[in-house]
Formats: sequence, structure tokens, C-alpha cells
Amino acid sequence: MQMKSILAALVMTTAMTMPALAKPVTFVTTLSEYGGRGAYFAVYLTDPNGDFAGTIWLAGGKTKYHRHLTDWARLSDGYLNPDATTGASLGAGRNAQITVEIADALFDAGYTVHMDAAVEDMRDSPNEVELPLTSTASALPGRRYVADFGYKF
Amino acid sequence: MSLILDINSSLGADMIRKLHRWPGLVAALFLIVLALSGAMLSVFPALDAVTAPSAQENQTVADLATLARAAHPGLEQIRRAPSGQITVWWFDENTPGSAVFDPITGTDMGSADPNQMEQWLINFHRSLFLDDTGRIAMAIAAAMMLILSISGAVLVSHRVGGLRHWFDRQQGPFAARFHTQIARIAVPVLILSAFTALWMTGSTFDLLPNDEANPAFPRTLSATAPMALDQIPSLIATPVQDLRDLTFPADTSDVFTLTTGAGMSYIDQGTGAVLAFDAPGLWTRIYEWIYLLHTGQGAALWGLILGLSVLSVPVLAVTGAISWAKGRRAPLRGMAKAAQAETVVLVGSEGGTTWGFATTFARAMQAAGQSVHLAPLSGFAPQSYGAARQIVVMTATWGQGSAPTSAKGALDRLAAATPSVPMAVLGFGDDSFADFCAYAADFDRLAREKGWQILMPMDRINRQSAPDFNRWGRAFGASIGIALELNHQAKAPRSLPLTLISRRDYGEAVQAPAAILRFAIPKISLWDKMMGRGFGRFQAGDLLGILPQGDRMARFYSLESGSKDGFVEIAIRKHPNGLCSGQLMALAVGDRVDGFLRPNPAFHLDHTKMPMILIGAGTGIGPLAGFIRAQGMRRPIHLWYGARHPEADFYYGAELSDWRNDDSLRGLHMAFSRHGPKIYVQDALRQDAEGLRQLMASGAKIMVCGGRDMAMGVRDALSDVLAPLGLTAAQLKLQGRYFEDVY
Repeated sequence: MQMKSILAALVMTTAMTMPALAKPVTFVTTLSEYGGRGAYFAVYLTDPNGDFAGTIWLAGGKTKYHRHLTDWARLSDGYLNPDATTGASLGAGRNAQITVEIADALFDAGYTVHMDAAVEDMRDSPNEVELPLTSTASALPGRRYVADFGYKF
Repeated sequence: MSLILDINSSLGADMIRKLHRWPGLVAALFLIVLALSGAMLSVFPALDAVTAPSAQENQTVADLATLARAAHPGLEQIRRAPSGQITVWWFDENTPGSAVFDPITGTDMGSADPNQMEQWLINFHRSLFLDDTGRIAMAIAAAMMLILSISGAVLVSHRVGGLRHWFDRQQGPFAARFHTQIARIAVPVLILSAFTALWMTGSTFDLLPNDEANPAFPRTLSATAPMALDQIPSLIATPVQDLRDLTFPADTSDVFTLTTGAGMSYIDQGTGAVLAFDAPGLWTRIYEWIYLLHTGQGAALWGLILGLSVLSVPVLAVTGAISWAKGRRAPLRGMAKAAQAETVVLVGSEGGTTWGFATTFARAMQAAGQSVHLAPLSGFAPQSYGAARQIVVMTATWGQGSAPTSAKGALDRLAAATPSVPMAVLGFGDDSFADFCAYAADFDRLAREKGWQILMPMDRINRQSAPDFNRWGRAFGASIGIALELNHQAKAPRSLPLTLISRRDYGEAVQAPAAILRFAIPKISLWDKMMGRGFGRFQAGDLLGILPQGDRMARFYSLESGSKDGFVEIAIRKHPNGLCSGQLMALAVGDRVDGFLRPNPAFHLDHTKMPMILIGAGTGIGPLAGFIRAQGMRRPIHLWYGARHPEADFYYGAELSDWRNDDSLRGLHMAFSRHGPKIYVQDALRQDAEGLRQLMASGAKIMVCGGRDMAMGVRDALSDVLAPLGLTAAQLKLQGRYFEDVY
């Protein structure tokens, strides 16, 4: 729903030294009817080495629960100070989307989009969805709480 | 609590009352839904505790994990709830699964999905389904409950004269009494519940430091093949009772995450070594206790106590609102303006009782042709009473000599005022408190010091005594030259039909017909009970008002029974030409008469075990017989009883001899005025002087019931008898050892 530029952050984390072109990408997710309260989730990128490359979307405003987005919290190294909170938690069965700008150089370059999810009183679900970042739209169902997650242009 | 009492004196009593009243009225509805949903939620931990299987003694996490993985090869996580319930999650054939797991049989017991009803209630309870807005609203409601609980506790402790008297018996109308009785039991739990709710909200909104266990994720892991679960040392070393969570590695680059009460550790899946460990900080430990205290999760019995206690909230809200509504007074009809009234009546009232007396007085003055202005004492402004001939101050006292609500600031106004017309001060209170009418006395003293002319000496009305009030009214009327009769009825009597269930007749032989009448207690609805409309709780010594047909003026009879006896009993004697006694004497079993109850705490038995001396004559034996019936076994009771003739008006003759035989009655001293030696009860007292002195020396109290002349004779006789002890009836009355019910 919102346009947010994380270009600068992503460019810094890449080896690119020249300012690059970027394009808007819309990430879309629909949660399944898992029968619990609103889900917290984090969408983030890892580089070809599996190292953290940036947070794209962090849903759920209360930092004390961010640790339950286990992989993201570990990889982003310090969930207590997330670099971005970009929306409220999402109820079961609901859908949401976000549009961000991502440097062209990151597409088709071995980067991976991850989504971690957590629901109060239910099991934490790190790595709900894992998608390679390519220049063609792509989507997959998640493991536990996510009916569908993907990106389009 | 002395701390709170200090806060009270610095904040001011009025402030505390406002703190209690307004949040109560505003938040009542919120608090009711909060409390009801909370009470329902309190049942779930108990249900969990009942259904949760207990792990075997000595079962380790390694055992449990091995069992669970045998049942679910794709096992991802095991969690143990504080109730002991174990839940497992797995991921097999691309499908996630979960179940409640039996650690003994190693099989699934049922769905691990959260109970939908419980989830719904939790959402409702903490946020009314409105997310953060709702959470804040509910937190405000919890804060109001905290304010209400603390201010209520301060008010109660102030009213009863300190925390030592916290559980003393309460006086007052049913709704107010009920409110206090429930609150003083529930209030500690309500304070705890509200405080923990606020703490939890603070934590949810990140207002409290977060120091949960958070070990650093290891940089390097062993690359060896996964170890068998029953080989991993820390899983073997951890009993299932200590387990909170065990999360299995998702892939080769992951670790076991073991969480126990002690903290969280990462365990290498190849070597079984603990790679990192962190313990939770103090804030987290406190939060865990707060959470347990608020939810009862892991403490099922406490949860039920919590749930039962918060059920008091709806009752408190309703009784509180009723007390508030009833406390607001009805205005005086035909009231003169302050500047035009001949008599200005100023009222210092706490619960509205003194307003009732003042209104009775004002109406009687109006009936006597006076123009009257009735106003709160807090508005004392003598310069504006241009036409006044006298100012009458009627005031109660709050706590230890403070001003009641409607007298706030009156002493300051009096200190600053110039004396004008004569003043009369009448205090209302309860002489069982040390500061009996202290505020009225302060007001009277200051008025005299400031040079006010005093119309008549300050008087005191003890425990709402209507006869005392009437006596004062007559004296006041005499002082200004009018005949004044104050027939004060605490409320417009709302009578109920009383059905006669039995009667015993006496006195035909001496041409003085009399009877003991027993009525059924009228049955009323709960709502009427809450509104104080029924007979409620009563005891011997209280008064039964009877409204005879053809007259709205009630006649009062002393009750011989208490509500515990299950009936309403009075003794009556037919008066020549008496309208009411005539109608009562004519009642047959099954007939009805209209009546109402008037509490008369000034003539109640106390709850000590001190000896009692009961003195009565004629129908005055009634309440005294009731006292013996109620308490005879518990304390030594001696009765001096005057009647005319054993064959005529010896009421309760049969019972008295029974009570004498079973020792309910230690001494029975009869005086017959038309039989045998022909003596009156006061003569009997003089004859038994030595025994009476011994009883008085052992701390006995005296209660006298009968006609006015008899009471006077008894007073004289006792003063003579007790002179060697240096005691008189008047002194004993001041000491609270001499009580009279005289008609």
C-alpha cells in the first residue's frame, strides 16, 4: 500500500559502487484461516551467501514480539531495533500488499526473499516462504499461516 | 495502610469520595464487562489443569522428544504450558500438524488449536476487539478499578475507624452495607487484578524494559551428523517439569533451541554441546509472576479465586450506583429563599440520613407556620439570612471528627463570619465511636467562642434515635415558643402485608387483654431487597411499624425475634380505645396487617460475652425474651421481670422456665404486682442488690424495656443499688453499659 524506498539501504549492502537504477516491486500476501490472532511477519532479503541483505516489510508494531520472527531476528542481528516497521499485524484470512523500490542489480543475482511469521499462542514459523528474487513475478503458498505470498511488477 | 490514611488526610476526605464516586459511575459498564469476561476466563486454567496429563516422574526432555519424534518424524517443536499440557508441532509431507500430546503413552490426545471460545474472550477482555484503542480503553478501566479499590478501602477504613476494624459489622441501608461487605473481602484481589492488568498493558506497549533471554546465535556450528536425541546431554539433564519449549533445527545450519525456566540455550545438533545460553532478566521474571497472578495460568486454584472475586464487580457497580442515587436528597417542598426564611436549617450530612432528619424538622416547622430554608452546611453564609430569627445546624461527623460531605469548609466560614441571630446545634452520630458527634461539638464550640448567641445547648442524637430527636424538637419548639412534634421516619414507610401465623393470648382474667403475635416474614424480590424495601436483616430490639386501617400514622412495637428466627414477633396489650392495638387484638390466624421495619441499633445486643442484666415489665419483656432466645447459650443472662399476675400476663412463661432449665437464663427474678408479695420490678432490684453489684463488678451491661414510669423507677432503684460501687444509671449510660427502650 505504501511506497517506501529502501533503495539506499539495499545498495549499501551490495558490492555495487555506482548508483544503480531501481524498479518498484509489489509484494502481496494472503493469510490462511489458521484460527488464531493477527500474524506478525517479516519479509527480508538474503544475498547469495545467505547473509542478511535488508528488511522489506515488517508487519506488527510491538517490538517485544519481533523476536518470534526467529530467522529474521537472528539474521538482522538485533530484533530490538528493527530498521523498519511498515504496518500493523494482519488478521487470519486477510490480504495486504506493499510496494518498495529495489535496485535492478539485485534481480536474477542469487538473492532470496524470505518471509517469517508468528502468531500469539501458536507456533513461530520462520521461513514461511522462500522465493528467489527474479525479474519475473512469482508466488508460493507458505507453510503454516500464509496461503499465498509473492511479488509482481 | 497507615500510608494510605496519611494520603487521605493530605488529599482530603472529599477528594477521596470524589475519586470513588465518579470513576465508579463512569466506568461501571466497562468494569462489568471486564469483570464478567475475566471471571469466565478464570475457568480455563482450571480446565487445563484437570485435563493435562502429568508427566512420569523422572521423565526427561530427551525421553519426551524421542517419544514425540517416534509419533511425528517431522517434529518441529514441543511446548509445555504452565498447566503441564504438552503440545507438539510437526511438518510431514508438506502439511503442518499439531496436537496435544500425552507424554506417558506417546500418543496425540486432541487438537492443539487454541480454544476458540477462550481466544474470543481474551480478545474481548483485553481490547474489546479494537486492537490498541481497545487495549488503552481497557487499561483505563483497570486504572479506574485500581482507583476505586484504593479509594474505597480508604473510605471503609476511615469509616470503621482504622484497618483493625476492617471486618466489623456494618450499619446503614442494605445496598450500602452490601456494597461494603462484598468490597472488603474482594478488594485485595481487585487491587492485584487491576495492578497486574496495567503492568501487562505497559509491557505490551513496550513501556517496560525488555530483558527476555536472548542468547547470541552461534557463528559456527559443527558439521557432524545429527546426534540421537537421547544422547544430547542437556536434553537428558532437563526434567519435563522444567521444560517450556524445545524447537528442533529446521536444517543443518540450525540448532536446537531449549527454553526452560532458567533461560534459553542453543544446542549443536551434531555435538549436543550448548553453544550459547542466556537467562531472562529481572523484568522478565517479574512479568512472569504478574502474568501468573493475572491469568491464573499455571495456578488454577488461584485463577478460580480471582474469578470469584471479580464477580463482585457487577454487584459493587449496582449497589454503588443505588447508594449514590439514594444518597441524593429530595428537596423540601415550599422552601423559602435564604434571605426570606425565618428559620435557616443547615445540614452536614454524609450518607443522606441527617438530611432526612433535617427535612422532618423543616416540614414540622413549616406546619407550625414558620418559613424555612434548608441548605447544606457547607454554604454557611449568615450575612445572607436577612429575615432569619434562628439558625439550626444539624450535622453528622465523618471519620474521626472531620466534616461530612455537605459541611465541607463550614468551620472556616464560621470562623470568618460575624455573629448574627441565635443558633442551635444538633449533632448526629453513634456513641459507640470515640468521636461521637465531634464535628457538631467543634462547630458549637467555635460558634460560642466567636460570640454567637446559643438558642439551646448543643444536643446529640445517637444512632438515628427518632424519640431523642422528638425530645429535642419539643425542647427547641419550647425555646422559640411553638409546639413542635417531630415524628421522624427514616424514609416514607413502604409497608408490606404481614400474615399472622400464630397468636397467644393473655390477660383476660385481669381485664387487660394482651397477646404475642407471630407473623411470617414478607417475601420480596431480590431487586426490592437491593433497594432496601423488604425487612432485610433484623434482630430483637428493632421496631415493627404497624399502619392500622384508617390511619397513616404508624405505631411502633419492639420486635421479639430476629430474621434468623424466621418470623416477626411482637407482644401487644390492648389499650382502651386504642385504634391500632384494637385491630391487632382482633387479628385471626391468616389475617393480614400492613407493617414495615425500622432498625433500632440503639437497642441491640452487643457481641461480647459479658454478662447481661435484662429488666422489663409488661410487654417490655418482648425484646428481652428475643435476646435470651438469640444469645442465652453464649453469655450469662439475668432477667428481672415485672408482671401483674402469673395467671394473667406472664408472657413467655413457658419459654422462660425452659430457658431457666437449660441455663440460657442464669437468673430469673419475678415481681408480681397483684400476686403474692405484690411488688414491682424496681422493688425486686432493690431486694437483689448484692447480686446486681456482683454482676456489675464483673462488667455486666444493663438493658431495660418497658413504660416510661417503670424505666424511671428502675433508674432510681439501680442508682441506689449501685451507689456503693460509685456508679449511677446516668454514668453507666455514658459508658455504654446502660440501654433503654422506653415507650
